[in-house]
Formats: sequence, structure tokens, C-alpha cells
Amino acid sequence: MNLEPPRVAVLWCPDWPITAATQHHKLPPDAAIALVTKNLVFACSPSARAEGVMRGLRVREAQARHPELTVLDYDPALDSRAFEPIITAMEELVPGVQVLRPGLCAVRVRGAARYYGGEKAAGLFLSGRADEEGAGGARVGIADGIFTADHAARRTTSVRIIAQGAAAGFLAPLGISLLQDPQLVTLLKRLGIRTLGEFAQLAADDVFTRFGPAGAHLHALASGRDSWPLTPRTPPRDLDVVVHFEPALDREDQVAFSMRTTAEEFIDALTAVKLVCTAIRVELDSDSGEMSERVWLHPHSFTASDVVDRVRWQLQGVLGEWRSGITRVRVSPDAVDAIGNHESGLWGAGPDERIHHGLSRVQSMLGHGAVLMPAISGGRTLHDRQQLVAWGDRHVGAKPVDQPWPGRLPAPLPGTVFSPRHPVHVLSTDGASITVNGRGAVSAPPVRFSATGTEMRRLTAWAGPWGLDERWWSADARSAWRFQAVDDTGCAWLLVLDAGGWWAEARYD
Amino acid sequence: MSAAIDTLEHMFEYEQVSPATSLTATALMEPAYDTAGDLDPIKDLKARIRSMQASKLDSRLIPTHPAIAGLLPGGGLQQGAAYSLDRSAMLLMTLLAPPSAAGTWCGIVGLPEFGVEAAQHVGVDLDRLVLVPRPGDQWLAVTAAIADVMGVVVIRPPKRATDSSIARLAARLRQRGTTLLVLGSWPQTEAMFSLSHSEWHGIGDGHGHLTAREVTITVTSRTASRPRSTRLWLPDASDTVRRADVRHGDAQHEPARRLA
Repeated sequence: MNLEPPRVAVLWCPDWPITAATQHHKLPPDAAIALVTKNLVFACSPSARAEGVMRGLRVREAQARHPELTVLDYDPALDSRAFEPIITAMEELVPGVQVLRPGLCAVRVRGAARYYGGEKAAGLFLSGRADEEGAGGARVGIADGIFTADHAARRTTSVRIIAQGAAAGFLAPLGISLLQDPQLVTLLKRLGIRTLGEFAQLAADDVFTRFGPAGAHLHALASGRDSWPLTPRTPPRDLDVVVHFEPALDREDQVAFSMRTTAEEFIDALTAVKLVCTAIRVELDSDSGEMSERVWLHPHSFTASDVVDRVRWQLQGVLGEWRSGITRVRVSPDAVDAIGNHESGLWGAGPDERIHHGLSRVQSMLGHGAVLMPAISGGRTLHDRQQLVAWGDRHVGAKPVDQPWPGRLPAPLPGTVFSPRHPVHVLSTDGASITVNGRGAVSAPPVRFSATGTEMRRLTAWAGPWGLDERWWSADARSAWRFQAVDDTGCAWLLVLDAGGWWAEARYD
Repeated sequence: MSAAIDTLEHMFEYEQVSPATSLTATALMEPAYDTAGDLDPIKDLKARIRSMQASKLDSRLIPTHPAIAGLLPGGGLQQGAAYSLDRSAMLLMTLLAPPSAAGTWCGIVGLPEFGVEAAQHVGVDLDRLVLVPRPGDQWLAVTAAIADVMGVVVIRPPKRATDSSIARLAARLRQRGTTLLVLGSWPQTEAMFSLSHSEWHGIGDGHGHLTAREVTITVTSRTASRPRSTRLWLPDASDTVRRADVRHGDAQHEPARRLA
């Protein structure tokens, strides 16, 4: 505790989540943006703040204050990812960077001050370099300890230096609520202590006795004796690979061919650090600025040809829609695992690996979405209940099956579920189409129906209608009448009447 | 030393041969069931011999639903053989369920309207079921690739394949021991399933709802002298498949359940 606080420079990028989102979504720098999480505003851009939008506001209230607000979901992973180039740039200038959180990092300044000729020069150099990387007006505070330097950076527009030993004086007039301990802050306020200086005047022993080690640490922070040393991160190995195409390529096989060696290098680099990759992120850029980004999972681990396949499948999806060719492909590992966990046994890893190889072959013939694994999800209609997920992907958005789901079909279930459902005609004896009124009464008993549009079949039995009225409060509301009917060949049908007419939804065969 | 090995070898030979010979002998001596009676005994014996020849020494059976197994030559679906089915998803699922429950992977090619939930009800394990709904023109190549790794493959051929490609696929199936179920016609199938006299229970003229179905299933096999058929609940009121000739309490009189 009685260590000398280190001289520290803290680099702060104001509104970092906004900067990251602006860069990612390619929005204009002065756009009014709000990032929301749990229906509350988490961060907002300066132009939105000028209209009264602020953190903690409900989304609806924020939109009322600024009608042209762009509302985006807050993605913490995006923050970290976008901050990575800035940290890398800092590490090139100064060794040993500690990331406090995305948008805020600390470096030891003593060496840098000697090298650049003074703390002011070093600070300007750091903020200038960060701005080159797109930090959007980074500020630097240099002081004794991270806490003081952080608050110095927040009280300047470029660089602020608190001289050695002057930390207590700088902190003294600041409000007590800067301490990140709401319970203690409330208590201190009730005791009449409103600034950090007043808190620092209390005797350290008394604070320790009353508030314990955590309180004593906050007391040390308030009195400018932030003795916690910097813990710089170990720079991670750069395993991403990027391929640039000049001129742009517009055929998928060309891109796949040029990717082959790069994919092998990518996998070799992972293998060299004893890792295997179980998920990759593929980014594609086109000449006219379109961008496609997707994470691909692998049930085992990626090989070079798997990587090329994923790039190809992603290209298949976008090449039809994009107006220009591909200029850049970037592949980065999204999830890695130790290679030891993925080593196959002496006689192979069992039958599942064989299955995966076979299915991957079919996928490389037909495309990623051609091989599907079925699963049952919650829902009322047959389509809602059966979910098909591409081999290798994760099931997402499945509703719980064990809920009651009133209105779903009872057993036996139809073995053939048409997708898309077939339009049919259901007629009464006089050839009129059957309708159902609001009370669920059928206009006439159905006697004939056409399954294919030309051939009429006689109905020997029918039952219904059973009403289905789902989500009437929302835009995807659905209401329909369901019937079961048996035709003269002994085949049973599930027929549906909705606003679009009669449909054969499924066949019991 | 070598004499000892010789003895050992012969011992194993005898071990292997003796059950096979005894099986043939007993099978031939048994009175032929199902076909006995009005048929010429020589014709009947010929059919028996043909069926014995068809079941090669290495032909093994995959688990088959007990209600259907008795209709098939050899008493079940064979590995490496092809079977063709009428257009009936329920029958298909009934055939798929026992091998799937026993741990076999099943692949379904070219059947976009396969009812997944019904399959789960019948007993197909969805964790070991793979669908390739739209294989397009490459359906034979896809079927061959899937047949390499899965125990049971279902296809619906979009058009007639050439004889040579079918022979190639058949060789592959035999080599891998994969059973092929074809919805539609297919040359050189081990047996053909067809459904007739389908009768639904529980539904009336504007009341009730579908509860059970009785159907006649007929198996025409390459080796049997004449088709065998049986009446089947597909499914019965408790959603299980069983033979209808064993009379349980009348299922069709169960009170109709409401849909909603």
C-alpha cells in the first residue's frame, strides 16, 4: 500500500460504443445514433445528446425526443473488436498496454516521456496515433496512478498532465460519486462528505476500521495514492488472414481458387500454436462498398478445404445480389480449442466423423443449406413445429416444446407436410366454395375437393372447423380455420381456410 | 506344429459350417407355411429354394417392425438391398423407426414434405436423421454419397435413372450394407410394399376427428411365390402401429377428442 504510484497515461475515446457502431455500420459521423440494451438507451451520439437523448432513457422516450434517431442493438463484442486496432497501434508506440475496457486503455509513461521528449509530447503522440486509427477525438490524461489519469483524461479536450505529487490536489474538488461503490457513496453523502478531498481528509486507519480493505482502497484512490501497478496484456498472436483482389473478382470459383493457399496458411498458423478452430468469421468486401460477415461453425475442427468451402458458400449467397466483384476476403478464427482435445484416436474418431465427412461432401456439391437436421420446436401449426437447421449450424430461436401450445394438432400427425402448402378448391354439392362465418359455422357441408387443381375427389368424411387465432395483437397475426377430410381413395387431408382461400397443409398417408 | 494348426483350422471350419447345414436341412424339412395348400408342391419347393438362395451367407437383417417383418422374405429388411414403397409417409416412418432407434443414421433424399414431427411420434430418432430435401439433378450422386455413411437411405427418384447408374448404386449399397427405401418404382428391388383399403376411424360427417387408420399392406417380393398381405393399424388410436387381426378392444369406438 505504501508503494509509489506509477506514472500512467490513460487514453480515453469518448463515446466508444458509438464510434464502433458508426464504423461498423458505415454511418455518417454526425448521425444521431442510440445503442439500446434491454429497451434502454446504453449510449448515444453527440448529435442525439444535443436533442436530449441520454443514457438510461426508454427507447420510446428517446425516439420521441429525437424522431430521426437511428436505434441499434448494443453489441459488446463489436466494441472490443473495433478497439483492437487501436490497442495494436498503442503497442507499437509503447510497450505494455492495459485495456481497462473497450475505449479506455492505460500505458506506463515514464519510458515514453524520455523517448518523445516530455510527457506532453508523448501524450500528444498517443492521441494523434489513436485518431489515425479512427478513435474519434481521443484524450490522454497523464498522472500518478490509473484512477487519477482516467479522470484527468475526462477533463480535457486533448492532453492533461497532473504533475507528480499533485494528484490529491486535482482530485480534491471532484464529487464523491466518482468512486465506483454506490453503497459507500450513499453512506458518505449522508455523513456529509461530498467531495473526494473531504473523504481523503479522514484518517486512513479509521476508514480501514469502518469500511474494511475495499473502503481503504477507495480512500487511497481519493487521496491520489493509487498504487496498483499496471498489468499489461500479452499481445495476442494475429491469426487472421486477409486476401485482397486487384482487380475485383466476380466469380466464386476464382475466389475459391485464390483462397486455397491462404486457407492452408491459416490452418498451419493455428496448428503451429497448437490450436484448432471450431468457428471462423468470414468477411467479404465488394468493390462498391457492400460487406458480408458471417460466423461458420464446424462440428469438429476446420481444415483448409473446409475454410475454402465456407468462403464459397458465403459468396454464393451474396454474388447474385452484389453489383460489383469481391475485393477483399478476411478469415479470422472465432472460436479455437486446444489441439489435444481434437486429436483423433488410432483408429479414427468413430462413426460420427465418417458421417460428417459424407455430409460435408454433399454440402460441397449442393451448398451449405442443402443438408438439414430436423428438430421439433414449440408452436401450433405443423410448419412452426418442425425446424430444419443446416448441418453444422446451431439450433437458434427454438421455442420450448414442453409448453402446452393449445390448438396444436393431436396424434396421429400427418406424415406429409406440404412446403409450401398447395392451393385447393373445396366445394359443396352445388359447386359453391365453402366459407366459414365469424361464429365458426360452415356455409354448406364440403363434398368435393380438388387436390391437384384438375381432378376432383369426393369427400367421404370431414370434421371441423377448428379456429386458429394467433398473435392478433401483432403484425404477424394469423387466423385460420382447420378441417380434416377423408377422400374416396381413403387418404386423409388437413385443409386450411384463411384469408387467402383454401389450402392443403398436410396429408395423412 | 503345422499339424496342430491344421487341426485348429479344421475345427473352426466345422464350427462354421455345421450350423449353416443344419439350418438348411431343417428349413427344407419344415412344411412350407403360408403357401401350403392349393399350390403345386414342386412349385412351392422351387420358391423355397429360390428364397434360400437369395439369402446369402453374409446377408444380415436390420431391425424391422414386428408387424411388417413377417411379410418380408428372410423375416426383415436386409442390409444392402433396395425396397420400393407406395406413396405412404406413415409406412416409410414405420420402416425407419426400428433401425433409427437401434442407433442407425437415416438419410432422406428428395422428400421436402417429410413430416418430421410425425416421424418422431412413430419412433424415429431425430438426432440421427438427415434430410436433403432438394438434391436437384445430382440426386443419384447425393444418394450414393449419403449411402456411404448411413445405414438406411430413402429416396424419391424425380425421374428414371439409367440402368448402369442403378447398377452402380446397387453395388455400392451391397458393399456398404446400406438399405435403400425408394418411394416409387425402382428396378431390381428385393420387395415392393403397397397399401390398399385404407379406412379412417374417429371422423364422421362433420364431427369427430381422425384417430386411427386400418390399412391392408401387401408385400410383393422377388423371391416369394406370391404376394403376402396383412391388415395393419397405421396407426391405432394410441398412436402405435400393430397388426389389426389381433383384436384389441375396439379402437374406433373411443370417444373422439377435440382438436383445440
